[in-house]
Amino acid sequence: MPHADDPAADTAAGAPNGAAPPRPDAPRAPDGAGARNPGVPFDLGWVEAARVNRSAVERRAATLPGRRTVKREWQAAWLVRAVQCMDLTTLAGDDTPGSVARLCAKARRPVRDDLVAALGLVPGDVRVAAVCVYHALVPTAVAALRGSGIPVAAVSTGFPAGQTPFDLKLREIEASVRAGAREIDVVISRRHALLGDWQALYDEVCAFRAACGDAHVKTILATGELGTLTTVLRASLVCLMAGADFVKTSTGKEKVNATLPVGLVMARAIRAYREATGHAAGFKPAGGIGTARQALDWLILMKEELGGPWLAPERFRLGASTLLGDIERQLEHHVTGAYSAAFRHPMG
Amino acid sequence: MPAPIPDLLTTLPYGPAPESPAPVDAWLDARGRRFGLFVDGAFTPPGAGFDTVNPATARPIAHITQAAAADVDAAVAAARRAQPAWAALGGHARARHLYAIARHVQKHSRHLAVLETLDNGKPIRETRDIDVPLVARHFYHHAGWAQVMADTLPGHGPVGVVGQIIPWNFPLLMLAWKVAPALAMGNTVVLKPAEWTSLTALAFAELCRDIGLPPGVVNIVTGDGAVGEQIVRHPGVDKIAFTGSTEVGRLIRAATAGSGKQLSLELGGKSPFVVFDSADLDSAVEGVVDAIWFNQGQVCCAGSRLLVQESVAPRLVDKLKARMETLRVGDPLDKAIDVGAIVAPAQLETITRLVRQGEAEGATVWQPAAACPADGYFYPPTLLTDVAPASTVAQVEIFGPVLVAMTFRTPAEAVALANNTRYGLAASVWSDDLNVALDAARRIKAGVVWVNSTNLFDAAAGFGGYRESGFGREGGREGLFEYVRPIDARPPTPARAPAPALPASTSAIGSTNDPTLPPIDRTPKLFIGGRQARPDSGYSRPVHDPAGRTVAEVGDGNRKDIRNAVEAARAAAGWADRSAHARAQVLYYVAENLAARRDAFAARIALTTGDAAGAAAEVDAAVDRLFTFAALADKHDGAVHHTPLRCVTLAMPEAVGTIGIVCPDAAPLLALVALAAPAVAMGNAVVVVPSPAHPLAAVELYSVLETSDVPPGVVNIVTGARDPLARTLAEHADVDAVWHFGDAAGGAMVEAASAGNLKQTWVGLGRPRDWSRADADTCLRHATQVKNIWVPYGA
Repeated sequence: MPHADDPAADTAAGAPNGAAPPRPDAPRAPDGAGARNPGVPFDLGWVEAARVNRSAVERRAATLPGRRTVKREWQAAWLVRAVQCMDLTTLAGDDTPGSVARLCAKARRPVRDDLVAALGLVPGDVRVAAVCVYHALVPTAVAALRGSGIPVAAVSTGFPAGQTPFDLKLREIEASVRAGAREIDVVISRRHALLGDWQALYDEVCAFRAACGDAHVKTILATGELGTLTTVLRASLVCLMAGADFVKTSTGKEKVNATLPVGLVMARAIRAYREATGHAAGFKPAGGIGTARQALDWLILMKEELGGPWLAPERFRLGASTLLGDIERQLEHHVTGAYSAAFRHPMG
Repeated sequence: MPAPIPDLLTTLPYGPAPESPAPVDAWLDARGRRFGLFVDGAFTPPGAGFDTVNPATARPIAHITQAAAADVDAAVAAARRAQPAWAALGGHARARHLYAIARHVQKHSRHLAVLETLDNGKPIRETRDIDVPLVARHFYHHAGWAQVMADTLPGHGPVGVVGQIIPWNFPLLMLAWKVAPALAMGNTVVLKPAEWTSLTALAFAELCRDIGLPPGVVNIVTGDGAVGEQIVRHPGVDKIAFTGSTEVGRLIRAATAGSGKQLSLELGGKSPFVVFDSADLDSAVEGVVDAIWFNQGQVCCAGSRLLVQESVAPRLVDKLKARMETLRVGDPLDKAIDVGAIVAPAQLETITRLVRQGEAEGATVWQPAAACPADGYFYPPTLLTDVAPASTVAQVEIFGPVLVAMTFRTPAEAVALANNTRYGLAASVWSDDLNVALDAARRIKAGVVWVNSTNLFDAAAGFGGYRESGFGREGGREGLFEYVRPIDARPPTPARAPAPALPASTSAIGSTNDPTLPPIDRTPKLFIGGRQARPDSGYSRPVHDPAGRTVAEVGDGNRKDIRNAVEAARAAAGWADRSAHARAQVLYYVAENLAARRDAFAARIALTTGDAAGAAAEVDAAVDRLFTFAALADKHDGAVHHTPLRCVTLAMPEAVGTIGIVCPDAAPLLALVALAAPAVAMGNAVVVVPSPAHPLAAVELYSVLETSDVPPGVVNIVTGARDPLARTLAEHADVDAVWHFGDAAGGAMVEAASAGNLKQTWVGLGRPRDWSRADADTCLRHATQVKNIWVPYGA
């Protein structure tokens, strides 16, 4: 089964005109180029030694957007990449096959063809990374995206609170995979993190990953419910040890979702894990990302803290539902020089 | 030719993000790119001078006038004329002016930021996000101090005309730090910006004119060091405030010695950046970036000495190198540049030379791969490892983007290495263990300590150094005292003429209760390290009564006795670690034992002064002083400043260290006690030179000190010739302060000699004082230096 960071997959990778996201050029994982994170044995000492100074992290996060910016065609290119890294998402109680099909149509053509052409790209270059839905809508999305190469991601394991029976969580994952989801966004049991029961969290994520089979697993930490950045760091490390392909900030349903300080801590966890094990894993901020400027900030964070390979959908996703509209307006502004309006861009 | 987006998508580079210089260029053009001086509210016609250069392009951008001596005279005269009315305006009116300055700085913030970047070479991100906002903040904050001056600083008035000389590394910000408190307290100023960076000061002059600041309140004279020297030596200037190199600070100290000018010096540093194994290492790495690659490392308080716990050093250095690879060096007007241009070729040459020297001494030089721009004056971020404290680059201030790294094993060793420098400006301490962090923060000798942070500044917090990093504070309540002086209406204690020397008569030497027996000879020695010690010289000096008869002899101390006393005082440094309550108990005990021997002390005083009634009152007053400073020992405490961060910013008065106290002839016991008691109460150790004319009360104190639980070395007393002993103290590198209350010539000598290690001085210059009621707060401020400890927090 092809998956998002398989170079053979018909995703944005391999697109013409050099628009393909760069292949990772960092040192390879020992088990081969572009390989999934296989996980490592649980290391409690490592987890407990991890620490975060909140004030310093917040200072770095607050000053980063002032230290880096991209303008003009550079900004346009970065915004195209933001689209290419987007997990276009709908997670609402009133999702129906009709609304999901409409979203999938948008996922195939997220930016108007005339704008894509004006940017010097061909329409096939610009597609989102995945469409993210609840399990019940997976068959609809799979059907709607057939032939596009865009994978379907399913939120799972009792999303968003994760308070359903453990065996049901595994069965939910398996059902979504059977229905064609190639990516599973699981929520962790926050109580394991809050109680410091890191072994339990490790075991849980290992079980989730096993249930996913070839589907990629993104572990949602729900950082807004973890209390401290140190807990975020430790939970991230545990998920990575357990073989998470991505660590993801939030469900979008917590009071506080993706923030740059949280993202900085999780990016550093990925870096520390990479340094210690040689395995690369991805990062997905989700929730509350609604503006092009925020998307650029997240990309800047990736470039600064993790480097170029994390500016591609294999290792970076933006979980968003309304972000695309703002990016479309900014891209039109880049092309025309005039400010745009929402109604000029097709709805998803 | 726009870059093709498909190409950009392959690696997503940042691309250029230039801030336009066009509005500032237009501003410069409108002034013909030639600037005069700002004197008495108006600009003089541009005169002969020099070009100021954009360091990023090496091209001149404007012509600056070199002020002549007559220009400095005119500026000082204008400031002098304006000062009484400016002070008389009252706090509220001055507050309105300062408020208007703050508002105008904000209104023209981008103009000032771009102008600063063009003139200085520092990144626009820093001028825009740090320098200019801090300038506005400084004026707002001090508008507030002007408003409340009468209530918060009763009994204080302005110093008068202040000469201010500022450096090129933060041109406008240093101007704000100097001008805002001076104006708030009712002073007027003559300010000289650095030769390389005059433009923002001149823009500020326009701003002062535009808001209607009265003429003469702010005068800006441009030029090189000669102009600075004219200000320093100008008799019409009441105070000098200088920020710059320790070398120039020393010259200023010597030049102003004995002039009666107040002085505050903010000088160099080689500030330690200490990373413990309990630190968040990734955050510490970002801290290093802010410490040494802020403003190209041209920061007096730059964390330029990285001290890392050996157990985590390899990891930290690896992380640091990885981070250095992502630093962007280039056009400072680009909004995404981290490191801009070095201010001038001379500075670039100094940096280059010192790094070469470091390499020659065995250091390993590491620089990131990216090349610096070829135009302009650039130097890459540089890390020197394999450096030891003995390396030149570990001792000398490089003032560039160069970090030296060393390791330590234990917290105690970290502190020892941190303090192994003649500087003491700032320190940064990284540990998530509260115990480790605060212990280091207290023990490192520095005026500012940032815990898990670095290079944080705010108008509400004091900034300034220990040791050869200077003295005086800028910012906070503690900074105001640099710009006021006490208005003391109390009459002074009458001066006593030294007794005339007549032929020796030994009739009164010794003591006896029985006139039929000869007296038992008394042999006062010196009091050093808690023991009575014979003077090194083997000589005694006679002490005379008012009639000129020799009534006693005391030890004739010399420089070796001072040396021994200073060593004893240094060995007693643990006194500062005793609780304030415990120190108070000792002082009360001294008072108790002194009071018990009131009559004996009065007799010893009267023996040489001839004033029996006055002597008894003097002993009583001395007891009162001891009680006063015992009482204040645990009450002269610090503050928590309201800095605009989630942070506890502690302003802690700390003991200065070893203080030499040279006593006047007036009130020989009382003055000694009035000076030594506050010093000892605050945790200092003292070396006292008593009145040479009236030393008998001082030598009588030995037994009181011995019986009052005063730890050995806390109080040392060396009798002898005043000014030779004072000179030895003033020149001694291990003495932290000298207080001299002899005559004016002696005070001048002490101030000049203090330049060696830039020790703090407090001199009376022969002016009489009321020792019985000397302002306790002033004494305690001289006995302490304020350390600001920034502790950001957050669960």
